[in-house]
Amino acid sequence: MSRKTLRKLFSNFMLFVSFLTAAYGIFWLFWILGSLFINGFKYLSPELIYLDPTPAGQEGGGLRPAFVGHLIITSLATIMGVPVGIMAGIYFAEYGRHSKFFMTLRQITDIMVSTPSILMGAVVYAVLVKPVGHFNGFSGAVALALLMLPVIAITTDEMLKLVPKELREAAYALGAYKWQVIKDVVMRAAKVGILTGVLLGVARIAGETAPLLFTSFNNNVLTFDLRDPMASLTVTMFNYVMGPYHYWHQQSWAAAFILTMGVLLLSIIARVLLHRNLLEPLFYIVRSITGKKGG
Amino acid sequence: MVETQTALKTRMEVKNLNFYYGSTQALKNINMPIYDRKVTALIGPSGCGKTTLLRCLNRMHDLYPNNRYEGDILLDGESIFNMDVIDLRSKVGMVFQKPTPFPMSIFDNVAFGLRLKGIKGTELKDRVEKALKDAALWDEVKDRLKDSAFSLSGGQQQRLCIARAIAVEPEVLLFDEPTSALDPISTAKIEELIVELKRKITIVIVTHNMQQAARISDYTGFMYLGELIEFNPTEKIFTKPDEKLTEDYVTGRFG
Repeated sequence: MSRKTLRKLFSNFMLFVSFLTAAYGIFWLFWILGSLFINGFKYLSPELIYLDPTPAGQEGGGLRPAFVGHLIITSLATIMGVPVGIMAGIYFAEYGRHSKFFMTLRQITDIMVSTPSILMGAVVYAVLVKPVGHFNGFSGAVALALLMLPVIAITTDEMLKLVPKELREAAYALGAYKWQVIKDVVMRAAKVGILTGVLLGVARIAGETAPLLFTSFNNNVLTFDLRDPMASLTVTMFNYVMGPYHYWHQQSWAAAFILTMGVLLLSIIARVLLHRNLLEPLFYIVRSITGKKGG
Repeated sequence: MVETQTALKTRMEVKNLNFYYGSTQALKNINMPIYDRKVTALIGPSGCGKTTLLRCLNRMHDLYPNNRYEGDILLDGESIFNMDVIDLRSKVGMVFQKPTPFPMSIFDNVAFGLRLKGIKGTELKDRVEKALKDAALWDEVKDRLKDSAFSLSGGQQQRLCIARAIAVEPEVLLFDEPTSALDPISTAKIEELIVELKRKITIVIVTHNMQQAARISDYTGFMYLGELIEFNPTEKIFTKPDEKLTEDYVTGRFG
């Protein structure tokens, strides 16, 4: 066999190995998703959403407090986390770029993206639960907001950095102030990218359990009061799965199914936004100014 | 040369200008007049400092840290370093190498600088239309002003950027190799436009293309290694320059 044939064979072999390993990973992922779909779908019922839980051990009931609580906590976290995250991202990209202090802060933010979420729960427990003396929904929202903040700040920063400096210069050359340049030109060029970051951030916190265990905890009764402990799908699932009753497990499957669908939907929307030509303006600018093929 | 200068009004004047990127000196003791309603071209090999000099004229270097000027640049007799930088940039506009349309409609692109000045309503519409006409783009875009600026071709985008720059009625307009990314037909259109614009506006253009400098400019500065080697009427630069180095460059012996 010639050297060339050998190299070609080796190349094909490596390709095959890569394919196998990728297939291995994807297989288990689909296995999990598949069993979730099969089991979750089976126990889906409208009652799950609009009925309150029955006393322990008594069949029936639903997870209304958990659905409502989850929605409240995630929405509140989004309201608190998104503006701060975007502003932080703007600061990193537009103001702090030449400051050592802010670049260090940027590095720390990068590390914070992978903070174990239970730590965030513990921190918020010390600040917002311990002093009050009881678990409360508000502290859960704060923990989730803190978790999504670095994700959004980093994405915003990355997206703003993609906007070429020539575009900023063109705006400055017309006599614009810095904030006008950022607001009217840079943010506009990067807005879909930033929106994607926000959606991914929401998807990230929507499935969190650990930071809620010490903060909003759980509640069997429907409540809209943020000072009360508040149920969430994730914590309820956690408790139910550990519990002894068969119908608890069934309800957990259904809740997991719904939650996964929600997160999946958010991720899909984010991907679609990223790819379906909506980012085209940004890539277009990058291409036309750098002369490189982007996007 | 002295005789021709006397009849001219000096719009800007570069005096003993040194410029540093950090500790690297990029411009060395530049002295140069920029005459009113004339096209002044800056030529020279890559890295000679012509774009750096151009970007001094509207203090574009202020956007980045560690840049330092020494000496002075006057606009109508006043030092630009004593002026508010925002005012300066609305008097000294700039068009870049690659078209830089903003991610908004054709109309909004041209209206951008006008809106910054607080111009609204019918006056805004009129001035956008006038700028687009002056930039020889009106007929091509008048039915699609709401379309995205990205829907235009490269040459049209560059003319849009020129319209955007002239809409705020600057006294001086700086062009940084405005045709280097364009095809020959678009280039010809931009060149015609520049010649047309000099009736109202003082123009400084950096160009790699010596034929372009010869075609459209009245005065030419030849730069080499951060120094202004020669500044003379364009005709003189290209026929019998004072300096040997200039002659070597324009005859293509180096650069």
